[in-house]
Amino acid sequence: MSKKILLEKTSIPGIKTYEVYRQNGGYASVEKALKSMTPDEVVEEVKASGLRGRGGAGFPTGMKWSFIDKKSGKPRHLVCNADESEPGTFKDRFLMEYIPHLLIEGMITSSYALEANLSYIYIRGEYMWVYKILERAIKEAYAAGWLGKNILGTGYNLDLYVHCGGGAYICGEETALIESLEGKRGNPRIKPPFPAVSGLWSNPTVVNNVESIAAVPWIVNNTGAEYAKIGIGRSTGTKLISASGHIKNPGVYEIELGLSVDEFMNSDEYLGGMIDDRPLKAFVPGGSSVPVLPANLIYKTANGEDRLMSYESLSDGGFATGSMLGSGGFIVYNDTACIVRNTWNFSRFYHHESCGQCSPCREGTGWLEKVLHRIENGHGREEDIDLLWSIQSKIEGNTICPLGDAAAWPVAAAIRHFRDEFEYHVRFPEKIKNRDHFVNEPFEKVRHLVGKQTV
Amino acid sequence: MERLNIKQEINITEALMERINELLSHYPADKKKSALLPVLHDVQDAHDNWLSVELMDKVAEILEIKPIEVYEVVSFYTMFNQRPVGKYMFEFCQTSPCCLRGVENLMDYTCDKLGVKVGEPTADGMFEVRGVECLGACGYAPMMQLGDFFQENLTKDKIDQLIADCRDNKVILHDK
Repeated sequence: MSKKILLEKTSIPGIKTYEVYRQNGGYASVEKALKSMTPDEVVEEVKASGLRGRGGAGFPTGMKWSFIDKKSGKPRHLVCNADESEPGTFKDRFLMEYIPHLLIEGMITSSYALEANLSYIYIRGEYMWVYKILERAIKEAYAAGWLGKNILGTGYNLDLYVHCGGGAYICGEETALIESLEGKRGNPRIKPPFPAVSGLWSNPTVVNNVESIAAVPWIVNNTGAEYAKIGIGRSTGTKLISASGHIKNPGVYEIELGLSVDEFMNSDEYLGGMIDDRPLKAFVPGGSSVPVLPANLIYKTANGEDRLMSYESLSDGGFATGSMLGSGGFIVYNDTACIVRNTWNFSRFYHHESCGQCSPCREGTGWLEKVLHRIENGHGREEDIDLLWSIQSKIEGNTICPLGDAAAWPVAAAIRHFRDEFEYHVRFPEKIKNRDHFVNEPFEKVRHLVGKQTV
Repeated sequence: MERLNIKQEINITEALMERINELLSHYPADKKKSALLPVLHDVQDAHDNWLSVELMDKVAEILEIKPIEVYEVVSFYTMFNQRPVGKYMFEFCQTSPCCLRGVENLMDYTCDKLGVKVGEPTADGMFEVRGVECLGACGYAPMMQLGDFFQENLTKDKIDQLIADCRDNKVILHDK
């Protein structure tokens, strides 16, 4: 049984309310930090924990905090990134919906560390009912004296508000989120300057994911050193994994980093194995933007070691044989899933969500979608597979923000690991007329038609 | 910004104005524009779920910004509607995890049942089916958004029930 830090209290009846949350030890980290620690000591504790940003990039949180410009004399801000929109990822919503005061407690303690007096939770507009839950919880926190002027008589002031977006995946990118919070289109900014120097309204700003901020109360209460004991290597602590696709028990799980993929996939405590006991074909471990891995690379790395749920193990071997932990959006595919159709679906998503600012992304994502659509619908040409490879390679690394990479990587990985499936689509269009073409005749059964093995 | 030849009655009630003022208080006094997205959500909810050019101009006036600043935001974000839409908008998530659980077949089923195509309101204006990108409910797929809420683990039976409940005015769209 993995240690629970974030979801430990979610099963307590009424934990959504301030009274019950407080009765169960809530807001202790605010009390401890404000009354007995300096802001820099809180930063040091988070650094010692080894906590890495849980939004996807995995950058060390304490280090990010230490970059904030405290000398400029400008107001500082903490902005919580709750714009969860990566396909496969639905973990932050769970925290905000079931234990909203944990996030608010984390926001107060983290804002204190950054010496910020005005902070925001930016939530995607589609989570409107969660927005209302947070709004009500914030009002409770104000009424109880945890927000506002002179908190706990310490002289520290903090205003905290929840702000809703309007439906745009790109606003999960921190500079686009800031633009959106300023009431503009979510067009990412060129970095540098980084938000820690010039962010919201040109003030020093830190943008952190919900899950990262929600881990701060435990770290402050129990020390960073204790947090660093959980997990494996540089993958410290616990991680929320949101699991979907062809598995028996989809949902949100908190795991200790370092758990084996095999145990996560197949034990009853977690995903419980494949739905209908069909063979596992592929999985995406960290949300739609990370490379898909074929069955032979899921439980074991290319070196034959057990694949673990950690930043390092999932990326072992780079993109040739590995992937990324990313946001922890764990999508599982059985043998009836069509990789070409799935890749087209992801490409449609990225084309739709491209802000249109950079030409390689605006045009390239459209071309990827178009070529994949024609292959999937039986009009593909032999040269289309190489064309796809060429297009994705011209997007990757050539855009202001990582959306271009996020659009390119799934296509590259699908071709790298499942090229024979693309060839099958091109050469046997009459066999893929139905959108569920592999349901009755899984690709493994017809592979001999292509005459090649997956790389 | 295209002006539709459809009149929209602008109705900024006292309660709505109070809510707008509350939202404005969340930002520094010289940063009123920051309230634009939250204000647009509330204004749209109060106006049959769409925003005419005239209504956007009104929002610009309230926030003391230029109309173009509202237009460019409305046209960028998917949640703002620039034309009248069905009262009950069935917004199916059509991204991969929902597709793995059969959302495309459910969308076809719903369209057939309502006699519409995706993106077309029914003749009585009651319903509209739309495909949207990831709504962040992948573990509860297939799913859709209806008003402020998510309808998850959908089946044909659940869709039938939802349509009936909408027709009987039993579905709450907004969490007030």
